[in-house]
Amino acid sequence: MSFTPPKEVYNGKVYTVTISKGAKAVTFGGENVLPFHSFEGEFVNKPVIAYEIQDIAPSEWPEQLRQVYAAVGDDTVKWAKYVQDELKAEAIALRLQGTHPDSGNRSADDAAKTVKAVLDNIDVPLIILGSNNVEKDAEVLVKVSEVAKDNPCIIGKAQEDNYKTIAAAAMANKHKLIAMSELDINLSKQLNIMLTQMGFDKEKIIIDPMCSALGYGIEYTYTVMERIRLAALMQNDTTMQQPIVGDVGMYVWKIKEVQASEDILPHWGALTPRGIAWEAQTACALTMAGAGLLIMRHPEAVKAVNAFLDEMM
Amino acid sequence: MALTGVQIFKLLPKTNCKKCGFPTCLAFSMQLAQRKVSVEKCPDISEDAKKQLGEASAPPIRPIKLGSGDSAVSMGEETVLFRHDKKFVNPCVLSVAIKDTEDEAAIAKKIDDVLHSEIDRVGQHLKVDAITIMNESNDAGRFEGLAKVVAAKAPAVPVIVCSENVDSAKAAIAHFKGKGSLLYGATASNMEAMAALAKDAGASLGIKANGLDELSDLTEKAKGFGVEDLVMDSGARKGKEIIEHNTYIRRAAIKKGNKSVGYPVINFVMRDNEYLETMLAGLGISKYSSIVVLSSVDKWKNLVMFTFRQNIYTDPQVPMQVQQNVYEIGTPTQDSPLIVTTNFSLTYFIVAGEIENSKVPTWLAIMDCEGLSVLTAWAAGKFTAGKIANFIKESGVESKIGKKELIIPGYVAILSGALEEKLEGWKIIVGPREANQIPAYLKSL
Ligand code: SF4
Repeated sequence: MSFTPPKEVYNGKVYTVTISKGAKAVTFGGENVLPFHSFEGEFVNKPVIAYEIQDIAPSEWPEQLRQVYAAVGDDTVKWAKYVQDELKAEAIALRLQGTHPDSGNRSADDAAKTVKAVLDNIDVPLIILGSNNVEKDAEVLVKVSEVAKDNPCIIGKAQEDNYKTIAAAAMANKHKLIAMSELDINLSKQLNIMLTQMGFDKEKIIIDPMCSALGYGIEYTYTVMERIRLAALMQNDTTMQQPIVGDVGMYVWKIKEVQASEDILPHWGALTPRGIAWEAQTACALTMAGAGLLIMRHPEAVKAVNAFLDEMM
Repeated sequence: MALTGVQIFKLLPKTNCKKCGFPTCLAFSMQLAQRKVSVEKCPDISEDAKKQLGEASAPPIRPIKLGSGDSAVSMGEETVLFRHDKKFVNPCVLSVAIKDTEDEAAIAKKIDDVLHSEIDRVGQHLKVDAITIMNESNDAGRFEGLAKVVAAKAPAVPVIVCSENVDSAKAAIAHFKGKGSLLYGATASNMEAMAALAKDAGASLGIKANGLDELSDLTEKAKGFGVEDLVMDSGARKGKEIIEHNTYIRRAAIKKGNKSVGYPVINFVMRDNEYLETMLAGLGISKYSSIVVLSSVDKWKNLVMFTFRQNIYTDPQVPMQVQQNVYEIGTPTQDSPLIVTTNFSLTYFIVAGEIENSKVPTWLAIMDCEGLSVLTAWAAGKFTAGKIANFIKESGVESKIGKKELIIPGYVAILSGALEEKLEGWKIIVGPREANQIPAYLKSL
């Protein structure tokens, strides 16, 4: 008896997003099937991994991760060049953590200078992230959008309480925009609708349904992403057809599992591979749920995810 | 394939006698269609109708047990493709492969790794479920030697015996008779003999196919030889094939009622790159494997796999909140500290986990704030001094503790004054802001 593969009929397609810096570009999204289902449609763009760097030294990052960037962490431009040249980053995500009122409260002008300096020194695409402080981000991201106007970037994150200002700045300066909502498909949809209603091009949005780490709610992120992708593909919901980003590193590298040493918790095993695998598994899980762009921190975790993606493509 | 209520109705006596507890046969058939009642409730149904219903109501993926006694694990019985539709039922079995070509020390270490793999995580005991012995040498004597060692050192651990060589399989499976093992390696050329061995040993039979066409052929063949407890390997090895085959199999079984692939799936994901192997186990966990076979089970790797499996197999329909209650973490006594926080499930899991890590037994008072986290609940006026005071008073925790001291989250330090006014006779202590500071804090008390 022969087996008839029950192929799924899809009705929608995810928008393709390309960001470029000079000759170098990355492309993600574009699939018309569920993640890695190239056996029944198009899944051609391998998810892209952007290395996260910051505008301040990563003093809050756990020891084993700080070690990796010990020689470059206190100089953002050096750090950017390091991930580009040594770690072969496809893209860089610059988080303006230092602008947060609790992390130094750097001014929007200072942040803009950092962005400019990084842009002048790299030739891979850039993602510019605020510090996730709703008021401060509105101020900072407007400024940095302007200084980056000759290099279309992805900026973010626009949230319900600040999206108007940030989206207007992104629109004026031709950037793409990450729209973040908190673990709810309806909130995500609503934010996308509000953005398009103010004239923002729906094909320039990247959805961030909020990340969570393995062991700390990843099942919620996983399922929201999966539902967003199903809505886009099965129901052809045009408000949910943007690629999805997983902001993995910052959710992973603060939990106990990536910091507690084996001396304290012998049954958890060696800390170094545990931390790396934790970030990698969080990222891989999200690619299976629909993430097309990942923001990550540890080079070994990035390698592991790439090895996985190579097997899946 | 499952029958509709109306189809079931046609098989019932149609007398509306009410003996089943429902007013009409139609009402009963509707409940049957949703699998809410057992067909046995109708005393008058014909044997023939019962048989038809039985076949139709069999779960789309056959339930199969691996192992026996307390350490047996269940597989199959899945009903959906996506976890938001309904909870995934039986968590993917994690098994470590031991080859009969490995040296004694390596074998002993792996067995030991399995025996000592258990970890507690948010109230669940998680462990490596099974050992897979592999006849790499293709030598029956050598394989039996390995079987003996495993049977002696890990008598309670469920075993998967892997060989396509009938002599080897026979020699090894003899050591696991009646233990609910899985005999894996049935192919087109050895099916009859392997089926007989599995039946004789009370084992389920693992089909090894070359692609999906052959797979559905072989399961039918195995059934022809009287074996119905089957586990399937489509032959997929690369991640790309695994997701393709597993997806087609799950869809065919659930959406098309294709019984020839309605069995649990086994995937072999051994890789030299340990990270990659871990990620492929993750693929199996989220994409429909019932067993993944690994080359090693280091503790760090287990923690990642166990946690991911636990996360994917949680019930998505349970809201993100836990019940209001005073929970005992560890075995708290009169002198143990009392902490209050909100009932957002992540808050609860993280705080409870940190208290567990501290090894300081603690009373954890979880207050219903509609599933909001501390800061959000406070901002929304649900975690206020008045409400906390009422909750503590009504919880009855006062009778369980000696000193009337309450630790509140550092983020709501601002509430301590008002709370002391409202909770007369209590001392309010401001605890840490972040959960990860809890162990150090509790130990310093
Ligand atoms: S007991 Fe059977 S015959 Fe009687 S009402 Fe129920 S289903 Fe109908």
